[in-house]
Amino acid sequence: MKVNKVELSVGAFVLLGIVALLVLALKIADSQFGNNTDTYTLYAKFDNIGGLKARSPVKVGGVVVGRVEKINLDIEDYMPKVTLSMYRQYGYYPETSSLSILTAGLLGEQYIGLTPGFVLEDIENLNDGDVIEDTKSAIVLEELIGQFLFSVSEE
Amino acid sequence: MIEFIATLGRNALARVSAIGRASLMLWHALATWPSAQLVKDTVKQVYVVGVQSLPIILVSGLFIGMVLALQGYHILVDFGAETSLGPMVALSLLRELGPVVTALLFAGRAGSALTAEIGLMKTTEQLSSMEMMAVDPLKRVVAPRLWAGFIAMPLLTLMFNLVGIWGGFLVGVEWLGVDNGAFWSITAASIEFGQDIGNGMIKSAVFAITVVWVALFNGYDALPSAQGISQATTRSVVHASLLVLALDFVLTALMFGS
Repeated sequence: MKVNKVELSVGAFVLLGIVALLVLALKIADSQFGNNTDTYTLYAKFDNIGGLKARSPVKVGGVVVGRVEKINLDIEDYMPKVTLSMYRQYGYYPETSSLSILTAGLLGEQYIGLTPGFVLEDIENLNDGDVIEDTKSAIVLEELIGQFLFSVSEE
Repeated sequence: MIEFIATLGRNALARVSAIGRASLMLWHALATWPSAQLVKDTVKQVYVVGVQSLPIILVSGLFIGMVLALQGYHILVDFGAETSLGPMVALSLLRELGPVVTALLFAGRAGSALTAEIGLMKTTEQLSSMEMMAVDPLKRVVAPRLWAGFIAMPLLTLMFNLVGIWGGFLVGVEWLGVDNGAFWSITAASIEFGQDIGNGMIKSAVFAITVVWVALFNGYDALPSAQGISQATTRSVVHASLLVLALDFVLTALMFGS
């Protein structure tokens, strides 16, 4: 079969474009197609969420094990309610686990640190739809400075 | 005074009717079933506007990525944050510079050629002789060029982005000594497929429609004279570039504004 030079170069051009998209998606954006889609939902209430945003990571010892799905205010007690979607591939955590809002580095983004609790016989694992009771709020710098000044003035 | 108001009205009417003619042209050219002839012509036009634009797109992408890395490094190194060079280069390219610069280069490289080609076809009465032979010039001449532009420009943008990031890597890692692993891993962690690459591609598609549409309409609407073609070509590049920059602001406000 006679190969048309124009068609050949257009085909190569289109292929090059698709390869560029794949490299951008896999290498640059590191997106994981289909992976991590198997999730379950947990809820948690905080006094103060600081600069936490939707899609912020949930980490156990630095490993990303889930993401913040959405944040809204519970109008009954005016507390921020955070919905977490946790990756099922990392399994489940005991009911005694606690959450705290931490900051990556001095000026970095805020994320949720999950500290798995102790496991006893009568303690069950958190499952889809459960609420984590033990939470620690974000550290707000202004409040910290306020406390420091207060304790200094007392002395 | 009355003369001034009349001139204003005449200009406004001319603008509105030009927009109307342009929309009719787009509608007539696109509202057709794909035929073997259309596919064949489109492939040929992708070669002309896409493959032949590759050298300028790739070389510009490389240099823009390299200069971004060079400038960004000297700012970031003051804060000890030079490992953030990767996300800085990649995000500026994917979100803004890739789609916009590709569209501007495309308007200059391919859009002007399209305008001149169609304008000359009109001036030498090739278009009207096609009509005499019951061949619709909108479907035969304009449609394949429209489709070719729509296909080629997003692909060119992807290649521009990739080469630009590679250029940033060359300057940042190979020359200035940013850590290789940190460069890629921080880039990968901070770029999201839908938010950054997806929105960039949406921009590129919008710009493709704008540039090709403006170029073809100016050619199709050109005064049939040598001066008319030169004016149409200038207008094509100027209008397309201004529209791309204005649309870029609107799209950025919609996508990343809130």
